[in-house]
Amino acid sequence: MTTEELKAFEDEIYAYVGREVCPPTPAKDDVNVAMIRQWAEIIGDTNPAYTDADWAANSARGHTIAPPAMMYVWGQEGFAVTTGRAPDAQSDLVSLFNEHGYTGVLGTNVKQEYFKEVSPGDNVVMEMTIDNISERKTTGRGPGYFFETLATFSNQHGEKIGTQRFKVLKFIPQEQPAAVASEETLQVPTRIPSPRGHDNKWWWEACDAGKVLIQRCKSCQTLRHPPRPMCGKCQSMEWDSIESTLEGEILSHTQLHHPKIPGYQYPLVCAVIKLSEGTNFVANIVGCEPSDIHIGMKVKGAVEQVDEKTMLPQFYPA
Amino acid sequence: MSDYKTLTCADVSIGDKLPPLDIDITTGLVVCGALATRDFEPVHHSKAAAVATGLPDVFMNILTSQGLMTRYATDWSGPEAVVKSVDLRLGAPNVPGMVMTMTGEVTAIDTGSGTVDITVVGENNIWGMHMQGSVQLALPQGA
Repeated sequence: MTTEELKAFEDEIYAYVGREVCPPTPAKDDVNVAMIRQWAEIIGDTNPAYTDADWAANSARGHTIAPPAMMYVWGQEGFAVTTGRAPDAQSDLVSLFNEHGYTGVLGTNVKQEYFKEVSPGDNVVMEMTIDNISERKTTGRGPGYFFETLATFSNQHGEKIGTQRFKVLKFIPQEQPAAVASEETLQVPTRIPSPRGHDNKWWWEACDAGKVLIQRCKSCQTLRHPPRPMCGKCQSMEWDSIESTLEGEILSHTQLHHPKIPGYQYPLVCAVIKLSEGTNFVANIVGCEPSDIHIGMKVKGAVEQVDEKTMLPQFYPA
Repeated sequence: MSDYKTLTCADVSIGDKLPPLDIDITTGLVVCGALATRDFEPVHHSKAAAVATGLPDVFMNILTSQGLMTRYATDWSGPEAVVKSVDLRLGAPNVPGMVMTMTGEVTAIDTGSGTVDITVVGENNIWGMHMQGSVQLALPQGA
């Protein structure tokens, strides 16, 4: 797309800002007990303010209310959407994006504010406009634009009951990762596998068997970790190993907050531990609140299965 | 006449954690949640339509996620709390077979207006963050 073509396209989309998607429209059904009960059952919401008329009669409100999160539900078009929607400013804008390659769609944000509760017998009236469209953005999904609709809700008396801002990303889809759809079952992710090479494979294999070994120089008896081919003290390449008692003390620690990596258990604390044998060791601290962990804390380790595929030493407060 | 209790501002402190809640994402929850919120978009009830968009199965619609977030907040606060706002950002889809764990924390208290702000995160065990956001509740004045 040339600069001029992009400009012409953007002029066309930005002309939609402020356009009405629907005028004030009363919901086809009044707020009612049956739809509230169905919603509450499925969401698993046992709040008696929604479904227990006896409780509600004696509550501060004096009557049941509809779940606030149902505000937009009352005006939804219904099953007709499966055979296509009646055109409106929003669908026209979406078509315009689609024609220019922005075929991807992703609801990214929804914000509802509530000013007044509604109860069975009330009617929810909704009006909606296209409130704003962002500049062109580069996103993880591909280049695109965010547009936001603003819906305003009133009751049958014309009192404003709430608003909703709904943000949608329209984007040019990038190459999708190999069809997830072909997977028969969802795999629960496991930790990133340990890299096993010529010089450390033996150490991980011992770990798989439930042992933490420490490499020892055969000529000068110096211990070393992590595994490597040569003794740093005497340069000998002859070595054997001893098994650690996994008793130690925390030298340093940090907590990983963000980004959370699938397959890891949070809170996730990593520490440098001075083992009683003398070498330092990096491992997770578990079995206590992260706020209780401190430098100098005595810890005791155990090699444990942390997920379906992974054996790892973890350390607990001693 | 019942055991329901509702927190007041005096009962809560900034940093209070809400008890975590695990939600099993089943086909029933995805499909029925979509219908209960009158969201009949085929991707929420037809596996074929969802697969055509590159996902392995039907996925949860936004209004169900939003309903679960408000439920999580009022499960904690009690039924006399009034929901003032819900603001949520969506991440990875919730697909049947996953388990979503919701966690929350009190981040602000305004004793004047009686409102508390809670941040809520819903993470599923396969793809991570499904939603994060905040709920504002107005709590009753203490007796």
